Amino acid sequence: MNQLRRTFLKSTGAAGTVAVAIAAGLLRPGQVLAAEWNKVAFDATTTADAMKGMNVAGAAESKDILIKAPDIAENGAVVPVEVTSKIPGTTSIMILVEKNQNPLIAEFEFSNGAEGFVSTRIKMASTSHVKVVVKAGGKAYTTSKEVKVTIGGCGG
Amino acid sequence: MAEGMKIRATLQGDVADVKALMNHIMETGLRKDANTGKLIPAHFINHVVATLNGKTVLEAQWGAAVAKNPFLGFRVKGAKVGDKIVINAVDNHGEKMSGESAIV
Repeated sequence: MNQLRRTFLKSTGAAGTVAVAIAAGLLRPGQVLAAEWNKVAFDATTTADAMKGMNVAGAAESKDILIKAPDIAENGAVVPVEVTSKIPGTTSIMILVEKNQNPLIAEFEFSNGAEGFVSTRIKMASTSHVKVVVKAGGKAYTTSKEVKVTIGGCGG
Repeated sequence: MAEGMKIRATLQGDVADVKALMNHIMETGLRKDANTGKLIPAHFINHVVATLNGKTVLEAQWGAAVAKNPFLGFRVKGAKVGDKIVINAVDNHGEKMSGESAIV
């Protein structure tokens, strides 16, 4: 276990070096997996802390973000979620589940023509609001949708 | 990590609709082993990068609550038939997987 942890620490250290190399223009992004994993935000246990960790605290409510998710999910282990941002200049989409142990599920950053759209499947521990935060033009916007879960997907 | 990522990319107008399925257990680290009562260590994909003809179009950070055998769908404007989509993923153990597909 300890050995594993060492290896993990070492590899995160290496990822940092890679990020520096990209910044210095030595490596083209795409050749390597770039930015370091945001451990603080993903380990946060409240939505507020996760949003703070992602620098999107105080996001404004917006009607231009569409969340397509079931009203009732029979199986919380696989909940399809589709997010479309109609906000011009959308650069990233974050998906959070307020009542999960770690609310932040995923963050997607778009570039070079990728549209403000993402579709994925997530785990939900219980009935909760699915919160989406969109970054566009340096500002953060948010909306949410409640999904009722009949069987939880985390912890069993 | 079990090998395998499936990608399908179709062109609709000038927008590439990309769908990818990755083969991964996505263990949260919150579940207990039914026999030993010990927590099963977390094992999940935490980084995903997608490129179109070598240019990064999508960069994602994931937590453990992306569902098992993750599905990822995204759209890229300004794509053409034959353009190459490559997706690279790495998990919290540093294990890598990748897939590629030409847009049809």
